[in-house]
Amino acid sequence: MVQVRIWGSLAAMTEDQTEVEIEAGTLRELLDGLAEKYPAIRPQLDRGVSVAIDGRVYNDSWFTPINPDSEVVLLARLKGG
Amino acid sequence: MALDDKQLYQTREFKVVGTRVKRPDGIDKVTGKARFGADMSAPGMLIARVLRSPHAHARIKSIDTSAAEALPGVHAVLTRADFDEITDDDFTADILDNCMAGEKALYDGHAVAAVAANSPSVAKAALKLIKVDYEVLPHVTDVDAAMAADAPVLHEGRANETVPAGMSPNVLSRYEFGHGDIEAGLAKADRVIERTYRTEATHQGYIEPHACLASMGADGQADLWCCTQGHYMVRNTCAAIMGMEQGQLRVTASEIGGGFGGKTTVFLEPVALALSKKTSRPVKMVMSRSEVLRATGPTASSSIDVRIGMTKDGQITAAFAELRYQGGAYPGSPVEFGSMSAFAPYDLENVKTVGWDVVTNRPKQAAYRAPGAPMAAYAVESAVDELAKGFGLDPLAVRLENAAREGTRASYGPTFPAIGLEATLRAAKDHPHWSAPLGENQGRGVACGFWFNFGGDTCVSLNITPDGTVTVSEGNPDIGGSRASMSMMAAEELGIPYEQVRTIVADTGSLGQNEVTDGSRVTFAVGLATIEAARAAKREMCKRAAQVWGIDEDAVEWEDGAARPAGPNAGKHPPMTIKEIAAIASNTGGPIAGHHEANPEGAGVSFATHMVDTEVDPDTGAVKILRYTVFQDAGKAVHPDYVEGQFQGGAVQGIGWALNEEYIYGDDGVLQNAGFLDYRIPVASDLPMIDTVILEIPNPGHPYGVRGVGETSIVPPLAAVANAVSEAAGVRLTQLPMSPPKVLKAVQGL
Repeated sequence: MVQVRIWGSLAAMTEDQTEVEIEAGTLRELLDGLAEKYPAIRPQLDRGVSVAIDGRVYNDSWFTPINPDSEVVLLARLKGG
Repeated sequence: MALDDKQLYQTREFKVVGTRVKRPDGIDKVTGKARFGADMSAPGMLIARVLRSPHAHARIKSIDTSAAEALPGVHAVLTRADFDEITDDDFTADILDNCMAGEKALYDGHAVAAVAANSPSVAKAALKLIKVDYEVLPHVTDVDAAMAADAPVLHEGRANETVPAGMSPNVLSRYEFGHGDIEAGLAKADRVIERTYRTEATHQGYIEPHACLASMGADGQADLWCCTQGHYMVRNTCAAIMGMEQGQLRVTASEIGGGFGGKTTVFLEPVALALSKKTSRPVKMVMSRSEVLRATGPTASSSIDVRIGMTKDGQITAAFAELRYQGGAYPGSPVEFGSMSAFAPYDLENVKTVGWDVVTNRPKQAAYRAPGAPMAAYAVESAVDELAKGFGLDPLAVRLENAAREGTRASYGPTFPAIGLEATLRAAKDHPHWSAPLGENQGRGVACGFWFNFGGDTCVSLNITPDGTVTVSEGNPDIGGSRASMSMMAAEELGIPYEQVRTIVADTGSLGQNEVTDGSRVTFAVGLATIEAARAAKREMCKRAAQVWGIDEDAVEWEDGAARPAGPNAGKHPPMTIKEIAAIASNTGGPIAGHHEANPEGAGVSFATHMVDTEVDPDTGAVKILRYTVFQDAGKAVHPDYVEGQFQGGAVQGIGWALNEEYIYGDDGVLQNAGFLDYRIPVASDLPMIDTVILEIPNPGHPYGVRGVGETSIVPPLAAVANAVSEAAGVRLTQLPMSPPKVLKAVQGL
């Protein structure tokens, strides 16, 4: 299981939890698992998210490995100028 | 993509990287040979002009184009009716609506029709013949006013699920970040301050207006030349709007006269393509400066409440900010990034930000260097400064005391790996600037800033020519020296002189997908791909040498531009240089190239500290910048001249944002200052030399330790200048810009 930190305004979509547990070994499994366990979060996932894994930010790469003890944080989708 | 071990940072002695080689575009640019967007032309080309709404908010009841179409020399008139509606993709539908208004004109300057004609004068005359029947609607341009329950409404039903019921339909999203207990933290403080800060919308101020040339054939294939930060984005967006297959549209990026985030979307290109389709002729469009200001994407204006508690020895006990950003007439202000970055420089036990994305009757905002972060940093760094000085504490020492470090849980969630904020603060504290004396009416300000940086889709193709020189093709327009940087990294990896590598920006038909030049990503991501492409070419060249020598390819290594036998069983063979291997490539298996396609993620975050001295004229309120020093972590400065240029450019744009630049709207919702005479950007005579101190804390996620540097430098200056002006004037201003009338009013206590 991976512990995932959710940002505050999304907690309403995850039964008011800011940390949730998802069975996942990769980024894709994490996002799929979130959507399955908390369907209300799907609109935000569809709009796009970034995920910080052990302090590094990932946008798209489905098969980025996630260790069970990794720090995983869901972030608003990063853009830049 | 997770990086493999070889793509992670490894200590090395650099030979080319880190030097100040000649820039490859310099001669063309200073001699006028470089071709920018407006320099493109084609046989039989038509010129197009756009009719823009004079109203801030109006329903378009009808458009009569018949008189314009009848004017001799006019080939086509275009309105929204010429485009198919997009119903399955709100993001692209909004871009189309911004390029050509549908049911409503949503801001002063919104495009409502376009004409393609034989000449600019005919096109201009035709615009006057188009009759638009408007029903003028109430408008709102201020972010706080737009959130009021009785505000004029731009769109119904666009708010997402995060917005509480009962709010104005102009409020589209809510973001909340943070951890800890704000009230408990504030209770531990010796002083809590609450302030509201406001910043105005500013434009990126790129010197080159938007321009493009589109040519669509009867077979549906099209070519487009334009100035953009991302021609692959232009291709994909235009193809979606035009209902084309992406492979049928080839986009070539021109040289670019600045972008700073403002050229990460499209404004003219779909219109030019549609006109070309309608006329079967090439169509060229060039914006005027007035159009650039009225109808492209400035950044958001903001209204921010900050509440921070501090102990008398400088410990921040809790920090809260509520940020309200208006992003123009469509969803997407960068308030989430403001909310995430506001307190990133601090190690805080109790921190919370709440952000609101709001629409108003202004042009759709576009990215502007570290979008959303400068205004948030302005508010937070002003409040921290006021608290520190209120306790008689050194503002740099307070920032050091509270600084985020490796292991700090960032206010936006993750735990920081190795970061360079503390190094920038210590460098600032040790710099002679910090202890230099100040005169009467002068003040010194400091502020910190943060930006995320990222990677994204990237392709690089590296070709070894028959004479052993090298060409690199990459897919990102060069807005900050990327051709030089890529050539340097290729030369470094191949062990050859920089002068033997030439990098070009390839069109969309030549490489796979490339993310826009944004997010300070190019030196990081394209650099990584360039290094990997060079490594692939080296492997192939080692293989060729092994064939010639009749030994196993594992027994060959690459060093100083040549293949060399390595290991006890390799035998004695003289090194084969890249030129020697290239010369016999046809005999050993054909042309040699290396390429790399990837989505390199894991870019390192970036921090900066800025220090500025100002002098305030108590009689006029004018602010003079006396001295300015930027301290920023670059990971590894590939070409220090360009890195310093990025630091200096960000500082100067921030100075303009702090002191003079603003979108000024009249009561009628019409932009009052759509020109550089009235929209005042800093010029050279306004500024001292911007000094720079490059710090190099390697990014573990890049083979050479590179971090993006293009955006962070605009984050601290708004607050740094505000803190300096506050000290010089003896009174704190909480609204930007601090233009002379506002400063004078504050100084005089009015």
